[in-house]
Amino acid sequence: MPYTEGAPIADQRVPAGPIETRWDRRRFSARLVNPANRRNRSVIVVGTGLAGGSAAATLAELGYQVKSFCYQDSPRRAHSIAAQGGINAAKNYRNDGDSVHRLFYDTVKGGDFRSRESNVHRLAQISVEIIDQCVAQGVPFAREYGGLLDTRSFGGAQVSRTFYARGQTGQQLLLGAYQALERQIAAGRVEMHPRTEMLDLIVVDGRARGIVVRDLVSGAVSTHFADAVVLATGGYGNVFHLSTNAKGCNTTAIWRAHRRGALFANPCFTQIHPTCIPISGDHQSKLTLMSESLRNDGRVWVPRDPHDTRAPNDIPEADRDYFLERMYPAFGNLVPRDIASRAAKNISDEKRGVYLDFADAIARLGALAVEQRYGNLFEMYQRITGDDPYKTPMRIYPAVHYTMGGLWVDYDLRSTIPGLYVIGEANFSDHGANRLGASALMQGLADGYFVLPGVIGDYLADAPFDAVDDSHPVVADTMSEVRGRVKTLLAVNGDRTVESFHRELGRLMWDECGMERDEAGLRKALERIPELRDEFWQRVKVPGTGEALNQELEKAGRVADFFELAELMCVDALHRAESCGGHFRSESQTPDGEALRDDANFSYVAAWEYTGVGRPPVLHKEELVFEHVTPSTRSYS
Amino acid sequence: MDTIGLYRTTVGKKVVMAVTGAGMLLYVVVHMLGNLTVFSGPDAINGYGHWLRDIGVVWPTRVALLACVALHFVAAYQLTAKARRARGRYEHRRRVQGSYAARTMRWGGVIIALFVVYHLLDLTVGWLNPNGVPGEIHANVVADFRHWYVVLAYTVAVLALGFHIRHGVWSATQTLGVTTSRVIGLGVAVTICAGFLSVPFAVFTGLVS
Amino acid sequence: MKLTLRIWRQSGATGRLVEYPMDDLSPDMSFLEALDVLNERLITSGQEPVAFDHDCREGICGMCGMMINGMAHGPEKATTACQLHLRHFRDGDVVTVEPWRAEPFPVVRDLVVDRSAFDRIVAAGGYISVPTGSAPDAHATPVPKPDADTAFEAAACIGCGACVAACPNGSAMLFTAAKATHLGVLPQGQPERYSRARDMVAEHDASGFGGCTNTGECTSACPKGIPLTTIARLNADLLRAHTTRSDR
Repeated sequence: MPYTEGAPIADQRVPAGPIETRWDRRRFSARLVNPANRRNRSVIVVGTGLAGGSAAATLAELGYQVKSFCYQDSPRRAHSIAAQGGINAAKNYRNDGDSVHRLFYDTVKGGDFRSRESNVHRLAQISVEIIDQCVAQGVPFAREYGGLLDTRSFGGAQVSRTFYARGQTGQQLLLGAYQALERQIAAGRVEMHPRTEMLDLIVVDGRARGIVVRDLVSGAVSTHFADAVVLATGGYGNVFHLSTNAKGCNTTAIWRAHRRGALFANPCFTQIHPTCIPISGDHQSKLTLMSESLRNDGRVWVPRDPHDTRAPNDIPEADRDYFLERMYPAFGNLVPRDIASRAAKNISDEKRGVYLDFADAIARLGALAVEQRYGNLFEMYQRITGDDPYKTPMRIYPAVHYTMGGLWVDYDLRSTIPGLYVIGEANFSDHGANRLGASALMQGLADGYFVLPGVIGDYLADAPFDAVDDSHPVVADTMSEVRGRVKTLLAVNGDRTVESFHRELGRLMWDECGMERDEAGLRKALERIPELRDEFWQRVKVPGTGEALNQELEKAGRVADFFELAELMCVDALHRAESCGGHFRSESQTPDGEALRDDANFSYVAAWEYTGVGRPPVLHKEELVFEHVTPSTRSYS
Repeated sequence: MDTIGLYRTTVGKKVVMAVTGAGMLLYVVVHMLGNLTVFSGPDAINGYGHWLRDIGVVWPTRVALLACVALHFVAAYQLTAKARRARGRYEHRRRVQGSYAARTMRWGGVIIALFVVYHLLDLTVGWLNPNGVPGEIHANVVADFRHWYVVLAYTVAVLALGFHIRHGVWSATQTLGVTTSRVIGLGVAVTICAGFLSVPFAVFTGLVS
Repeated sequence: MKLTLRIWRQSGATGRLVEYPMDDLSPDMSFLEALDVLNERLITSGQEPVAFDHDCREGICGMCGMMINGMAHGPEKATTACQLHLRHFRDGDVVTVEPWRAEPFPVVRDLVVDRSAFDRIVAAGGYISVPTGSAPDAHATPVPKPDADTAFEAAACIGCGACVAACPNGSAMLFTAAKATHLGVLPQGQPERYSRARDMVAEHDASGFGGCTNTGECTSACPKGIPLTTIARLNADLLRAHTTRSDR
């Protein structure tokens, strides 16, 4: 095995005692910073999605000096904006038996018992406050005729706890956070740096003290310092080249932090979303998701005969296999994502896809009601494929969507580098091995609005730390490393585009470390990735200069980091010889093809320590303790 | 009420244009109704003219109109200057929506202004009128519209006014905060065009003489 | 399928249209994927690729935007450039591609423009002042469904700038009005309703955008179909802000 094992880690900040009061007690035990002193404490927040935007705004409201960074031209464009379906909250407005405990239970179970109970419970508790906050900000959630909030069901839940704003929930929540952030920018408490990309982390005397950034317009490389650094830079699904992530989504910020000492947890836990629009050709640049909410009313089926060439509407009922309803009668079309995706993969392939059919829903509810619920999604589908889903079933197939893994954080969302906090999708924390639908928005906002602002004072109470500037030897070294890398990328001047390398790496990862993994495939990938990486550094062609807007240069830096991350993902996938959630090892399955967990050997978080490019990483285990939810075989049938 | 503050905004200037435009529209409607008295014979329209002078509304109306024209023009000029600075110039540009009326507001306004000058010299002062006797309204009108080129000039101007009113009515209500149906603007424009054009054509075809 | 792309190339203060014949395209490609294909070709032949903004490529982030044959986001209604597919063009078409052009949107490079003026307009008042933690229960204030729907319709704005690019006056009133309407029809947005309208319009004007003449170019170019009624609402709120005593 290409790794070594180091000392186990324990999260020292989870308070003991009843789980219901842990968050209260942690907030009470955390030290506070006097309001007058907060003006002299500074925080860097990288990323302006739901987590980063809400954190920057809230920290500024508390009085801290905040610097916020994003690579897009405006903080409003972070990829949280593309989340369609909704946000979970244990409001129990429906009186259908929901509770904080049930949301907690569903999330731990949905994550296939690979998440930290205390964190998940806190998430469920905070979920109710998020909805209040967002409504007060003017987020136009869907409402019923009585003026109260509407909810719907999502995969992995039997209650209706998902709040939504048509198919644009992420956009509306993000605009709420963005507006709060702009308010603080106008008030002079947040210094905003759009079109600026973080390229490295500055660690001085063991503390995260700043970042090195590149101004994407001028190309200037510069430093920013603060008392703490918060990474809210999202997930790394683009390692697969084709995913539902935005084109710019990347791992650079967290990977650079990992290289500076932050442990990377569960990198192999990636989520494949079952309902995406299939690939139409080699030119495909990204995949588009069709919200999971469609499975509320759409029925998933394939022709019984895989070679059936008839148009879907010509296939009679008797020749259709509604495989999710057949295999999982209790949850039917609403099984969790990992289960739906794998079922689709087992029964069909990328070219054929599976059908998502609304004929029954249209017959039952009328086309108008269906349009009100899903109109914009249907339009989007038609725009991309040219087919009308009111008339012919949608053709869908799974695609990479979310990464549960990320930088390891403790209960305070602090990484293993003091002063470095990681929030939202960038951390590994709340979703275990599989995230339930409508939980990403919940986690991002919980982290940004409530958790981080609630505990960061405990660290900042020790600040201000000794001033650092560009003349500090560590800072100078970090700067010159970044500049050197940019120079090297431009100097290779080879014969292959960045895109061609990314496509090849993505294909390899999808084939060997995608929906189903096995030892032989992962070993093959571990051989191939370093070769491809070496080739990249010898043959990549990056035109232009570093002193201007150069989108190829940006892409090259990101793909270079994906190469290093890809290797770690395969190491992690190979070492975890069990199936759980989004990580399915074909060696570990039940006789009927379901994921077979191995709690005796793998009930831990795998947190990896970086030792050098191509060098075996060190595994640190955080044992998972389940006191409130007993790990069982996840059953949705 | 913060009039200066309001006027400083682009919307405030539009409000001035909407209000002054409404004032001028009101005048145009009254003017049109007055014109229609020509169909009741020379005495009716000449008497109407005398009556207007007798009750002393002529000069106050002229002053008010002049103020409206000035404000309307200044605001339009300022907005146009700002728009010219703001808008981009494309190598290749295709119009998608904007109606003809909406796109010709500025030049339409200029055409109407030029016509008003001619119109005043023609039928108010009488210099350019073939008859040109102040007070002999009916005779002046009949003398005018026997000539095809006068009818043509008048028609062009009235149509320009119609287009201006069509978009102006809709745009003004929008500026004042109410979205109305575009049909209202069209209806007003068509009515006014028909009312104004009925006179020259009646004279030209010999219906009125 | 074949297309000839005439693309605006600019790296300094001025630029020009450069013609690129393309003959290896597929009707299933999005317009941006066609640019990807072109860029790969340019890079391998040692030329600089065309810079263009894009990110989500599913029509929601608002990052992409370009004039395609003289129309913002191209010929398809309610569609962003990233969602525009080549099947809407005819084989052999000549397609002219230019950046958004407006004084407040300076060109950064090729098709990339600076839209930070939009952020400033939002910062001027496009928010509800509710610090984290101060919110009442979400059901404390029911919102009539028609109001919620109107708010949503306006909130669908993605801030792409097509309205400005299409406007013959270089006005950003549709963008400004969309935000003012979104927040102004909700009960939560009432306390700051009039000051919001005043402050956002002031910033709009200060940023150098032109005034609205209600031509409707914006709404027909808008990929999200934000209606012109939002502008009337904003105007009404602005009038109220200036004709009653200060709301602040």
